[in-house]
Amino acid sequence: MITFTTTINGKSYTRTVEARLLLSDFLRHECGLTGTHVGCEQGACGACTILLDGQAVRSCLMFAVQAEGHAITTVEGLSDDPKNLHPLQQAFRDEHALQCGFCTPGILMSMVPFLAENPTPDEATIREALSGNYCRCTGYQHIVCAIQRAAGVKPKNAHPE
Amino acid sequence: MKPAAFEYIIPESLDHLLQIKAEHGDEAKPLAGGQSLIPAMNFRMARPSLLVDLNRLPELAWLHVKDGELQVGTMTRMAELQHNPTVAAHVPLIAETVPHIAHPQIRNRGSVGGNLAHADPASELPVVAVALGARFRAISASGERWIPAHEFFLGTFTTSLQPQEILLEVTFPTRQDRTGYAFAEVARRHGDYAMAGVVAVVSLNAQGQCDSAQLVYLNAGDSPTPAVTAAAMLIGNSGTPAAITAAAQHASMEEIAPYGNLHASTEFQRHLARHLTQQALKTAFERARAEFLPHP
Repeated sequence: MITFTTTINGKSYTRTVEARLLLSDFLRHECGLTGTHVGCEQGACGACTILLDGQAVRSCLMFAVQAEGHAITTVEGLSDDPKNLHPLQQAFRDEHALQCGFCTPGILMSMVPFLAENPTPDEATIREALSGNYCRCTGYQHIVCAIQRAAGVKPKNAHPE
Repeated sequence: MKPAAFEYIIPESLDHLLQIKAEHGDEAKPLAGGQSLIPAMNFRMARPSLLVDLNRLPELAWLHVKDGELQVGTMTRMAELQHNPTVAAHVPLIAETVPHIAHPQIRNRGSVGGNLAHADPASELPVVAVALGARFRAISASGERWIPAHEFFLGTFTTSLQPQEILLEVTFPTRQDRTGYAFAEVARRHGDYAMAGVVAVVSLNAQGQCDSAQLVYLNAGDSPTPAVTAAAMLIGNSGTPAAITAAAQHASMEEIAPYGNLHASTEFQRHLARHLTQQALKTAFERARAEFLPHP
């Protein structure tokens, strides 16, 4: 067992775990942060994407103990007030960009740093940036619209107000 | 808990890491970016008894240009290779290729050394390394040696690294005058494993005729697969459509040996390789001609 300390959404956590515990399982089972979803556990689906020191990474492809000394942001860290969502979350809501919602946290955590680096992306760039996240409801069109809306671009197929 | 239990060590220094490798050999598995190893452990296809985490050794992550080479430390992340302007300026082929390696989330974590030492025949960077004539610096407690790229990759997931060695550094020759570089691949989705892919490198003499060429393929055999005869067919040629078509035909039908899989039959892979070769060679010749004046 290894004792380590990491910061998640600004809060410090010290826990003692087995080295083989994945960061994704640590977040869900040890910290109760179940917004991070676990799909394929081989890095393909993107549902478990979190921010490690501000960069999007797969939490299923890291061991929890490797987070020692790092700052993690999960989807819970985007907003703690349902009436005051993160602008990207609000855009997802406005554009109906989720159906079952399983892929949504991973997409949000991938797109927050993407939009920070690409404030005015075109549609092709958005679609390429989304290639690391599966939506098996296949509602990609609405997701693209939501990201465009968050970027301040009027989506071509925007949901009517 | 998906992976089997293992002992986990964070080495205090490179010397400590090499001591661990000297003592435990192959049983001590280096954990680099973990983007190939951890999925294999999650499925228990890999069950190392001892993981040595390289992520806490900052002296393993660096890159710079020196003596006509891009020198890259083993723990440099793929995202750094993609975005560092030094890479794009001195080895444009790498900057062109890295965006095709998996997805941004994987490249943020995946390492150059881990990718190369994993030796996946479907991977892009090993093909770039062979095409450019990269060199690999292997180190152990008893010394170090340099391995040319074409001797490094022995087969699927197999390299010439010895059990006590780790890959410390890889060097890529920087861009040459009158030389064009191009990468092309086809994947079902951007970032997925490509069904076929090729690196083309073409150098022209003062008369605009090809005096050396390289064609190296991914997913075309057990390791990066050069098409030596097809490349030689281009020598003395200025890159005419007929010569490019003939080289692409020979490489795709005679020199590569794709296995075929669920996503693409062997025949389809050859078909893709032929088209990609034509496309990459055309681009490489155009770029070589544009490079005709010595690069500042």
